[in-house]
Amino acid sequence: MGAELVLEKLTKVFRGRRESVVAVDHLDLSVAKGELLTLLGPSGCGKTTTLRMVGGFEDPTEGRILLGGQDITRLPPQRRNTATVFQSYGLFPHMTVFENVAFGLKVRRVRRREVRDRVKRALELVGLAGLEHRPPSKLSGGQQQRVALSRALVIEPRVLLFDEPLSNLDAKLRVETREQIRRLQKELDITSLYVTHDQAEAMAISDRIVIMCRGLVQQVGSPYEIYARPANTFVADFIGRANFLKARVVAVRGEELELELVSGRKLSVPALPGFAAEEAVLAVVRPEAADLVPPEAGDIEGTVGFAHYTGALGTYRVDIVGGEPFNVEVQSPQERGFLQPGTRVGLRLHRTSIHLLREE
Amino acid sequence: MLNELRRLIHDPMLLAVIVVVFALLGLFIGFPLVKVLQTSLFHRGSFDPTYFLYFLEGRAYLLRPFLNSLTVGALVALAGTIVGFIFAYAVTRTDIPGKTAFRWIAMFPIISPPFLLALSALLLLGRNGIITRFVQAMWGFTWNIYGLPGLVLTETLAYFPLAFMTLEGVLSGIDPALEESALDLGASKLRTFFRVTLPLATPGLAAALLLVFIRSLEDFGNPIVIQGRFPVLTVQAYLAITGMYNLPLGATLCIILLVPTLLAFILQRYWVTRRSFVTVTGRPSTAGLRSTEPWVKWPLFGAVCLLAGIILLFYGMVLYGSFTTLWGVNHTLTLENFQYVFSTGASYLLNTLKLAGAATPLGGILGVLIAYLVSRKRFPGRVAMDLLSMLNFAVPGIIVGIGYVLAFNTPPIQLTGTAAIIVLVFVFQRMPVGIREGIAMLDQVDPTIDEAASDLGAGFFRTFTRITLPLVAPAVVAGMAYMFSACVTSISAVIMVVSARWQLITVALLHEVDNADLAQAAAYGVVIILVVLGVILLLDQLVGRVLLGRGRHGR
Ligand SMILES: Nc1ncnc2c1ncn2[C@@H]1O[C@H](COP(=O)(O)OP(=O)(O)OP(=O)(O)O)[C@@H](O)[C@H]1O
Ligand SMILES: [Mg+2]
Repeated sequence: MGAELVLEKLTKVFRGRRESVVAVDHLDLSVAKGELLTLLGPSGCGKTTTLRMVGGFEDPTEGRILLGGQDITRLPPQRRNTATVFQSYGLFPHMTVFENVAFGLKVRRVRRREVRDRVKRALELVGLAGLEHRPPSKLSGGQQQRVALSRALVIEPRVLLFDEPLSNLDAKLRVETREQIRRLQKELDITSLYVTHDQAEAMAISDRIVIMCRGLVQQVGSPYEIYARPANTFVADFIGRANFLKARVVAVRGEELELELVSGRKLSVPALPGFAAEEAVLAVVRPEAADLVPPEAGDIEGTVGFAHYTGALGTYRVDIVGGEPFNVEVQSPQERGFLQPGTRVGLRLHRTSIHLLREE
Repeated sequence: MLNELRRLIHDPMLLAVIVVVFALLGLFIGFPLVKVLQTSLFHRGSFDPTYFLYFLEGRAYLLRPFLNSLTVGALVALAGTIVGFIFAYAVTRTDIPGKTAFRWIAMFPIISPPFLLALSALLLLGRNGIITRFVQAMWGFTWNIYGLPGLVLTETLAYFPLAFMTLEGVLSGIDPALEESALDLGASKLRTFFRVTLPLATPGLAAALLLVFIRSLEDFGNPIVIQGRFPVLTVQAYLAITGMYNLPLGATLCIILLVPTLLAFILQRYWVTRRSFVTVTGRPSTAGLRSTEPWVKWPLFGAVCLLAGIILLFYGMVLYGSFTTLWGVNHTLTLENFQYVFSTGASYLLNTLKLAGAATPLGGILGVLIAYLVSRKRFPGRVAMDLLSMLNFAVPGIIVGIGYVLAFNTPPIQLTGTAAIIVLVFVFQRMPVGIREGIAMLDQVDPTIDEAASDLGAGFFRTFTRITLPLVAPAVVAGMAYMFSACVTSISAVIMVVSARWQLITVALLHEVDNADLAQAAAYGVVIILVVLGVILLLDQLVGRVLLGRGRHGR
């Protein structure tokens, strides 16, 4: 599939009186036809700004935006074939649900009968049939959100843009709605750019995720790649939780790679391309990728410093002599008995889950 | 900049509107002012700042009015701010009875033609004034109200409400918890007032002082009635042009007036911005206002009652005067004056209503349009448009009027003597208020709503007419009603452009004062006030309904 939406060196600098903020810094990105790509990152990293540039609400300082091969960088919003689902919805308060959804069609001079049919279909699609004549103020938050979605869908844009569309909903509704969005997006095969700072949402909904930090792309990849093979410590830390262990590559043997931890302990892990012997590395170990074992049976020895029990999950902080504390999560901790702070334990690392980063 | 331009090309409607708005602002705001400046500096095509040099030399007929204006301005600013502060403090910080009534009474001078107070001062304290006569009969001494005392008295009454409204906002923005914690820490009531309340209100006080100062400098209606042998700049500029036909002198007086006004205006903007910080930090809350000690409460109540009484007395006197046969000579009650207003004066009244009625929708729409462009659109020259459109907010009306005379007296645009020039003066002098209302209202509307409209493909024109206008309609209606009454009561700018064919009711009133027929003048005044009150009551009904309609849709 060809790239439907392409961002080339897209840059936005906000010039203030005192200081300038580089909100987006030479961003290169392409979204394939029918793909849902999510921009994910901490607050202020430039997600909204990027989306607004694509929508035409913000003027790029530099760079180009191509939609279906056509340069739309300088077109005003109304000349772009994009549609946005805004965080605050932006429903027209003086119009009914029907009028809201019909607005974009009327602008396009669609015949009245066709407007009626298409609005009806769009409302059915999001499960709002029967509410046509209500004003937006008489709808629940979730219903308003779906009006915004169907208003964007009905004009059949080449790209749908979402700016944290679920952030005004409660947790349960958020999960339901994101599943609905994903289903519709797949069914209608609509290319989408989605902004969120909720990583669970991003993992659940996306074909690919872009991790951003301070206007820069940190990594682009599928949810699996982002979690299992983070490109750097920022990504590893931002997506889920991660322990970092200093280590040295001792030898590379075909499919295997031998590591030596600070403690002197040697491990064999699956080889990753691009690492050579004698290289200093960081081993990334997720909290669920280590088991608590008797002290002498583990790869690392330590003392339970802090223990937290939530029923299904036991979370322990293990203090290690001469190293950073190590966080472990244990499923069904009651099976082995809950460990009290002060207990000496060993940590056994799951070899296949270990990911390596070059020391930064 | 370049990017903004490139985008505009893709939205030709917006581009066209921007160009047209700039053309209008340039022609009807910028050009007249440039003409004034040009006339003051050039004579018969060559550079000739004679009158500026005379002014610097200290010639009395230029320097006196300047010093007089500043003196009146300073005294009125001081008196007006003190009175306004007492009013505001009493209304926001104590539990005196009758607050609503006091608020209403304080609004009177704002909605009525300001020179009505000068007229009333003559009815009360002039040579034939009721009080003058009484005192003379009882104690045998008399005074001259014309000049400085009359100016300070009438302008203080006319403009203290502005200080009151500014300070009311500031004082109600100060969290009572701040005062309470000072008391809690052991400070006395008096100490709390001087060390907490007053310092917090200082930026507001500065803003109020400057605002009243500006209004006093700009005032034309009161001085022309009561300045006597104490010439001020506005009236002298007017007389130089209409009486002496000395355009360079008139223009020079305008510039001499313009400089301190603009300086004060810029300072005032600065203080107003500062003030907003205070308002933000102190959370406004009406709760926590505990009962005030009697020794604070009743003297304050007395002072406020006295002031309210004086205002009522002034307006009551106009009403009474309008029913007398010939003021100072024959006080038998009669309806003759009103018969005269509705026969000979009927055409003036009709003219005023017609021209103000024509100007109001024009100014209203243009005002919202500019507010929308300035607060929602990015384009090269946006800041310039903002400044230019607000300029007449700071420029004294008499200068606007003189500018129009100088600019539109000769081809290519010859408008003197027409109705159009009066309408134009109304529109471009009163529009800034409409713009401010419009911006305030737009700030309440989520910009996402506009963005959504353009996102769905609506161009500038459709977004403005289908989305923006309906949403700000209540503010537009309110702004237009305000504008209408401001036009009906306005005098300083239009007095320069009225003609025999197009005479207005306010100008007719001044002529009666000139003829020393105060009773007749009072009758005109009563009619003007009734018109304005009618508009305001109508607005109340109308906006009430519009607002209800909005409530139905919610936001
Ligand atoms: N109009 C603006 N003027 C100046 N700076 C801005 C403007 N809009 C955004 N910024 C700055 O640009 C940076 C990126 O902002 P942006 O809104 O894109 O962040 P975000 O990733 O969407 O964050 P969040 O998750 O909090 O919504 C921030 O530092 C922000 O302060
Ligand atoms: Mg954002």
